[in-house]
Amino acid sequence: MSGELHLTNLGKAYRQWGGELRRIASWFHPSVRPLAEHWVLRDVSLSIAPGEAVGVIGQNGAGKSTLLKLITGTTQPTCGQVRVQGRVAAILELGMGFNPDFTGRQNAFHSAGLMGYGQDEIGRAMPDIESFADIGAYFDQPLRTYSSGMQMRVAFSVATAFRPDLLIVDEALSVGDSYFQHKSFDRIRRFKEQGVSIMFVTHGMGDVRSLCDRVILLDRGRMLKDGPPDEVVDFYHAMIAEKENAQPGIEQKRARNGWLLTRSGTGEARVSSLQLLDRDGNELAVAQVGQAVELRLTATIHADLPRLVLGYMIRDKQGHVVWGTNTWHTKQMQDNLRRGETVEFRLPFTCTLGPGSYSVSPALVSTDTHLVDNYEWVDNLLVFDVLNVSHPTFIGTTWLDAEFSIARRIQESVQ
Amino acid sequence: MSGMLAGAWRFRFFITSSIRTELRINFVRSRLGGLWMILNPLAQVVIFAFVLSAVLSARLPGIHNRYAYAIYLMSGTLGWSLFADIVSRCLTLFIDNGNILKKLVFPRIALPLIVAGSALVNNALLFLAVAVIFGILGHAPGSAACLLPLLMAVTVALALGLGLALGVLNVFMRDIGQVVPVVLQFVYWFTPVVYMVDIIPVQYRPWLFLNPLIPIVTAYQNVLLYDRAPDWHGLASSSAIALALLALSLVLFRKAGPDIVDQL
Repeated sequence: MSGELHLTNLGKAYRQWGGELRRIASWFHPSVRPLAEHWVLRDVSLSIAPGEAVGVIGQNGAGKSTLLKLITGTTQPTCGQVRVQGRVAAILELGMGFNPDFTGRQNAFHSAGLMGYGQDEIGRAMPDIESFADIGAYFDQPLRTYSSGMQMRVAFSVATAFRPDLLIVDEALSVGDSYFQHKSFDRIRRFKEQGVSIMFVTHGMGDVRSLCDRVILLDRGRMLKDGPPDEVVDFYHAMIAEKENAQPGIEQKRARNGWLLTRSGTGEARVSSLQLLDRDGNELAVAQVGQAVELRLTATIHADLPRLVLGYMIRDKQGHVVWGTNTWHTKQMQDNLRRGETVEFRLPFTCTLGPGSYSVSPALVSTDTHLVDNYEWVDNLLVFDVLNVSHPTFIGTTWLDAEFSIARRIQESVQ
Repeated sequence: MSGMLAGAWRFRFFITSSIRTELRINFVRSRLGGLWMILNPLAQVVIFAFVLSAVLSARLPGIHNRYAYAIYLMSGTLGWSLFADIVSRCLTLFIDNGNILKKLVFPRIALPLIVAGSALVNNALLFLAVAVIFGILGHAPGSAACLLPLLMAVTVALALGLGLALGVLNVFMRDIGQVVPVVLQFVYWFTPVVYMVDIIPVQYRPWLFLNPLIPIVTAYQNVLLYDRAPDWHGLASSSAIALALLALSLVLFRKAGPDIVDQL
């Protein structure tokens, strides 16, 4: 059995009645209307196919948790429809119904009971719950002796002890220490491999990129975007920058090679060209491992600016940042720029990247962050490939100047 | 309705484990543990017996035990404490469980069932204690005590019906949570638990039918003290009121259901 989810025109409004008697009257007579409605979610339509993993991102108050509650069924929608197929498991909060005076095992039984499982089923799953929580003898100690991380371990391992058809997770993936985080992430990934449909809210863009097939961006209760992870995440970042700068206009287009270009900013300074060159000044589309190269960027100034900072970010195909810095950190800020000026930035470096495809994202800003003044930010403006021609085969995004040194000794047997 | 019962059946392990949990909470980290569940009502009985027995014991016709008044008190208290326990816990049932109502999906009927279940277990323990004390005082309960489960059922139904309706409204109007304990005090004194019905002035007697607890509490006294059948008429009308209240609270819960979670 695999889970499916269909939402049509889903909306949720919180109503103000201007008096509780009026509200109570409304239960019994439809003509009693609320004084005001506050919509926290509106016109959300989407489907999740069996085995698909969908991330939900958005700022606080965008309606993410409300959406998950509507899907789970703890809250009723004001309009629209939720259709779910298969067994749903929702982790909206970990450790619900835990009692500090009982042991981890007793709490695990109780908590799994609250999920609707019977004594036998829970008893069968208990060894697995215990071993996954991995807290040793503490499992039979009262919960109040636990650290908060240990409580979360027990809670997470109960919540994911049974394979659901549709798993709904609200920011529960970042519990415990990094070892346990890795372990819990792994469990979710294994669920996905087993064909479980997953929908989860997160603020960790790394999670989104590595787990999701699709991402949904919510903003002020509306679905702003629904698409591949890189596209939506870059749009989200550009949107945050736009919000800070109160300037509309985010441009996105996908290049033929699959990289997505996202441009945002006020346009007071713009990148007029960005090239990757070899030492002789020839433009490159492919660099070799160990080659001496140079990034050359020309910025044109379209308004008088007190200060200009250039930042670079080099990312791999998965979107992970391989390297990045800016002229704020290197103390090379440019002051008092005049309109019409052009500024050329050269960045020579040795290409110690591993074989693969990389992108360069430049940002023209005024400080070390794009949240103050974002003149222009372009995700994935330049894309280049790195080939390994002259070095022995290696994997990874970084070439290290490393060589084996091997010594062999034969143990001489004593007669 | 059948969906509700099916849900309750599916979550039977959760319900029984919650009842066990609630009882066990009373045991952990206290020396006397479970004893406290029965010590409180018994302490009340002792106080009243001590203060009032001289005034009131003469009014129990046909009983020649010198502890008759204490037995009378305990019989009524057994019924009253079951009623008061359930009502006061239902009153804050939705507020206390707000977090799990908001975050988890489970049959809502499990909550009142847990309350009723643990109150019944408490009450059964209290009954055992009372029965032992009766034995010591030389008044073993007679065959009419077999009717006790029936009386308990009526008491639970009445308490749940009233408590759940108030519990739903309390989510929206928190004043109810403050008023009800006071009202319960009044009802306690308008119910013949510590005194006898015949103390009430004749001109007020016609109004007594308004209190559905009177037939129940007097039935407890009839069964446990006088060893005779209760007044079936009164008990039937109390049962009717209980069923009506249960239906009302079900309707209220159905109508208010979506709003409850939003309000909490």
